[in-house]
Amino acid sequence: MQTINNEDLVLTSEEIETDVLVIGGGTAGPMAAIKAKQQDPSLRVLLLEKANVKRSGAISMGMDGLNNAVIPGYATPEQYVKEITVANDGIVNQKTLFAYAENSYAMIEELDSWGVKFEKDENGDYAVKKVHHMGTYVLPMPEGHDIKKVLYRKLKQTRVNVTNRLVATRVLIADDGRVAGALAFDCRSGVYTVIRAKAVILCTGAASRLGLPASGYLFGTYENPTNAGDGYSMAYHAGAELSGIECFQINPLIKDYNGPACAYVTGPMGGYTANAQGERFIESDYWSGQMMQEFHQELAGGKGPVFLKVDHLAEETISNIETILHSNERPSRGRFHQGRGTDYRADMIEMHISEIGLCSGHSASGVWVNEHAETTVPGLYAAGDLACVPHNYMLGAFVYGRLAGESAASYCANNELAVVDTKQVEAERQRIFAPLARKHGLSPTQVEYKLRRLVNDYLQPPKVARRMEIGLVRFEEIRADLQQMVASNPHELMRAAEVGFILDCAEMAAKASLFRTESRWGLYHARQDYSERNDAEWAVHVQVQKDQSGDMSVFKRALEPYIVEPDDVEKAVYQQIRIQPKGAVVSSGVSHEL
Amino acid sequence: MSFSPIDFPVKVDLNACIADKGCTVCIDACPLDVLVIDPTTGKAGMKYDECWYCLPCEKDCPTQAIRVDIPYLLR
Repeated sequence: MQTINNEDLVLTSEEIETDVLVIGGGTAGPMAAIKAKQQDPSLRVLLLEKANVKRSGAISMGMDGLNNAVIPGYATPEQYVKEITVANDGIVNQKTLFAYAENSYAMIEELDSWGVKFEKDENGDYAVKKVHHMGTYVLPMPEGHDIKKVLYRKLKQTRVNVTNRLVATRVLIADDGRVAGALAFDCRSGVYTVIRAKAVILCTGAASRLGLPASGYLFGTYENPTNAGDGYSMAYHAGAELSGIECFQINPLIKDYNGPACAYVTGPMGGYTANAQGERFIESDYWSGQMMQEFHQELAGGKGPVFLKVDHLAEETISNIETILHSNERPSRGRFHQGRGTDYRADMIEMHISEIGLCSGHSASGVWVNEHAETTVPGLYAAGDLACVPHNYMLGAFVYGRLAGESAASYCANNELAVVDTKQVEAERQRIFAPLARKHGLSPTQVEYKLRRLVNDYLQPPKVARRMEIGLVRFEEIRADLQQMVASNPHELMRAAEVGFILDCAEMAAKASLFRTESRWGLYHARQDYSERNDAEWAVHVQVQKDQSGDMSVFKRALEPYIVEPDDVEKAVYQQIRIQPKGAVVSSGVSHEL
Repeated sequence: MSFSPIDFPVKVDLNACIADKGCTVCIDACPLDVLVIDPTTGKAGMKYDECWYCLPCEKDCPTQAIRVDIPYLLR
């Protein structure tokens, strides 16, 4: 190993100048960079990645399907927008959902033309499956493991500049409030890097390391743990509005492994979520807060644990499921099962309720964006799991990546580079590198462990005010502990910086959850002290923003008028997830007229 | 730097690994940046116990020198 002199590191820095800076090279980021460059090939486009673009982000090992494909003949944009409006209990900006839905099919065709493989029937048509309550939106990708390779090839063809192993920590803002670039450091060399840019697109994924997995393993998260909530924190400190933070991501996962049970893959083949008796108890396996609430109820009612059941299926079907699940997305699940002697043919797969995270790809927590992927800060854009476009999944990341890239390219045509505020550059240098200069103090790993254990103790739903208030006091104590962390090399410095991101996310999660004094989104925001949904007061977005004095402010933002209004039957569908006993009068669903 | 005797998820077959000949495929692929070249052997190894058991290191290795086990705490 080369020896790095920590004192020297603090003083060295590099400066890079570009037109469009994309932070995060997973799913949305490569698409944003490609689309910015395609729209204006004269632009300098830099894709900055914390890991390596070849294998980064949520789809590092590919993806087993599209969860929200809006394909003509199966669904219309109007149907999709209505479905997600009710799935997210009404708290949506339908314009952003439409911008996704209307561009969904064109994006599938474009990805197909680039070489991404989707399942097709004998006629060559997309083989769409039904998983959602109302519409039909799931398009399997049994050979989806090469998607990163396809993206990488396209990045090279389009001549996007790529830089790996740079950890972005703050967005630079000029005096006039515009974006001026970003600050980063190299997690191997430790070199501090000032990137000047006209426009910045944040594509940093979910906040995966918020709650602590029940296993106690810090990196045993559902989302890629490289994504520590970096973008949520950067957008917050840049002064952007964030939205829906109280609508946590909580998933039904394989216990301990903490990866997806993949009912979307197995569902169309006959698999389902079952209780300990092997009985189905939810009508649909589509992930929603209401579905998680029923999962929680089933455990509380003594019928747990909950399992994924496929052991009743034919050998041929089970082999097919294994082939898909053990080669895509989280392929190590095969060896996890093998280690415990679990065989899909004979055993149900034990599931559990995950720790909390923030991820608009699955729920709704994100940086507030409009239908052009613009945040509330001029020159700052967001896309993917980070951007508040509810239930957006991978295809939404691609579509919003495209929108962000095109919007940023247009912005660059009318804006020059903003002046860099050297005070911000120096203040961030001091903040980031302080753990390297300390000779004695706290381990970033232990501070992270304690912080995330506190997140579990005080924020895991069901939520109640007093717990969250105590949590906020504990988080403030952790904030003081940040000033005592030590790091002996740039890698540990990266982990120390991430603790700061996680803490910002924890504070936002607590404050937004305290502010919304009602229950909504099933388990995601189940308040024990306000157990009813209250549309009269809370049919609004809850926004979090850093105010002028540097404090965290939380406020309501009115819903935009709906473009398509779900009817009463549709509105009730996601309120009635539990399977009713035979003969009962069901209050919702298309067959409710008895 | 010597490697810990503690069992880590990423196992490298030192006979098959060609990191000493300039290969850095697994080190480049890891999203958590936990793999480095061990200066005592010139071979790749896991320096930080921060594994997502995601498998690009194993899948991309040109000599099939890597095997990723599920971390002990999850096994």
